[in-house]
Amino acid sequence: MPHILVDRLLKSYRISERGPGVMGALRGLVQRRQRTVQALSGVSFSLERGELLGFIGPNGAGKSTTIKILSGILRPDGGRVEIDGRDPFADRERHVARIGVVFGQRTQLWWDLPVGDGFDLLRDIYRVDPQRYRRTRDELVALLHLERVLGQPVRQLSLGQRMRAEIAAALLHEPDILFLDEPTIGLDAPSKLAVRDFVRRANRERGTTVLLTTHDMHDIEALAQRVIVIGHGRVLADSPVEALRAQVMAERRLVVDFAQDAALPRQVPGATVHARDGQTLVLDFDPAVTSAPALIARIAAEHAVEDIRLEGLAIEAVIARFYAMHGAAEA
Amino acid sequence: MSPRDLLRPYAAAFVSRFMQMLQYRTAALAGFATQCWWGGIKVMVFAAFYGGSAVAGAASPMSLAQAISYTWLAQGLLVLLPWLGDPEVAQAVRTGAVAYDRLRPVDAYALWFARSAGWIAARLLPRVALMAAFSAVALPLAGLGEWAWQPPANAVAGMAFLLSVGLALLLSTAMVMLLNVAATAALNERGISAVATPVVIVFSGNLLPLALLPDVWQTALLVQPLAGLFDLPARLYFGQLGGWHALGGLGLQCFWIAVLVALGRVAMGRTMRSLQVQGG
Repeated sequence: MPHILVDRLLKSYRISERGPGVMGALRGLVQRRQRTVQALSGVSFSLERGELLGFIGPNGAGKSTTIKILSGILRPDGGRVEIDGRDPFADRERHVARIGVVFGQRTQLWWDLPVGDGFDLLRDIYRVDPQRYRRTRDELVALLHLERVLGQPVRQLSLGQRMRAEIAAALLHEPDILFLDEPTIGLDAPSKLAVRDFVRRANRERGTTVLLTTHDMHDIEALAQRVIVIGHGRVLADSPVEALRAQVMAERRLVVDFAQDAALPRQVPGATVHARDGQTLVLDFDPAVTSAPALIARIAAEHAVEDIRLEGLAIEAVIARFYAMHGAAEA
Repeated sequence: MSPRDLLRPYAAAFVSRFMQMLQYRTAALAGFATQCWWGGIKVMVFAAFYGGSAVAGAASPMSLAQAISYTWLAQGLLVLLPWLGDPEVAQAVRTGAVAYDRLRPVDAYALWFARSAGWIAARLLPRVALMAAFSAVALPLAGLGEWAWQPPANAVAGMAFLLSVGLALLLSTAMVMLLNVAATAALNERGISAVATPVVIVFSGNLLPLALLPDVWQTALLVQPLAGLFDLPARLYFGQLGGWHALGGLGLQCFWIAVLVALGRVAMGRTMRSLQVQGG
């Protein structure tokens, strides 16, 4: 029996629509149009205790919906979810006591309350033993460097400070499972590193099961052992991060600047032309098929070349291509 | 779980919302000023009505002094009227922060109930205190004793009144909860508020004592739930309901609280099953 079991999950939303402008508004008074959007069409996966799973996919792919169903906020239209044998929606109160959730785009702390008061309120809402609470809180405050913001109202925090406070807030009751929905969105580099470092520690040292969604591939590279790519409400890939990387990082890119009046080749054997711009040619190639030195040697031998640069394809570009390949990019 | 632990989240939610609302001193003062102004107008209308009508003095179920006290009381307790859902809930629904409320390991209805009760109580107490200071203390000191808010009929009536106001707070919260649930379901509670407001003002007895409305309606007016918001506590204050009738009045409030809470819980359960979380 896996720790988290997700079996053929379905969820659709109804979206009200009306035409633009005054006429659209008037028509909307008489006739309401609704469109159904299928957010999840059969998502299945399972997770063992202590795993760290990354969830990626384009906007609107169904990542957040999956997290909301797993955390008991939304009820699926079909399919089955079991977490430690419990149905998150039907058994909501007992389920949510054991999970911590951070939505990167919202705040769970009280806007006008100082951070520390918000923590105290969560202590009471989760009925945490006061002594235990003090220990956990002090530990979180130290790890997430929150000493200086404890007395500040949440509305006055920077985004980075707030996100660290949000993560601490989600862990005050020492949950077994942590759901992070875009925890690094909008953060600067040091804050991202701090958040990643902390999540890794929570997973390794405390054995917390972590499921995180992100658009930042560096989050995935730095954290996840396993990654699920989701698109159009379906699981497109479910593999170890190394496997995904090997599959997509295979592509390399060669940027060649030709001499002033040299003619650019129409085609280069062993590579595909990605773009041409003036005297510059951008070539993609698979190093498993064509080795970089051989390709460079061939081009340099046949053409007057000014400069050659070799680039690994940015993982973002790779993922974008992966989405496009599966027709998953947002409509 | 000990009873103390069981209640801890709700007590914390109540206190936190209460303390938060107490910060809004300007709103309290502005509300108080408006309520004094309207109170003054209503008092003058009563005076004209009682002075101009020969019958009123003898046949009316209320003396002018009582009608004046009634008016100040009504103005002081104005925020007990549920014409608006808790704006925090509406805000949470609009922004999608309602998702976090669903993540707390507590009874969702009770959590919102505690919070809304804190919201009402924090607006109620300063306004009552200010109104009492103005109409029960300042007016007599200024030599306007006949326009003042008079003390309750007797000590027992005063106690029954306090108890009844406590129940009115719960009753009001139960009604606000229905508005909260409506806000969650329809995502816009203002339409409901617009319809509810005049109904609530009239049938709670806030505009006029229900006793002054036509005799044939009296029974119906007394047993409908809105009477428990203000008219019943006021009748207890003036000693118009004594002995078993007083208990009956309190019992009626409890009955409506139970009915509306049950209704609210069912409605909330249904709404949450089809909840849509906005954004993200």
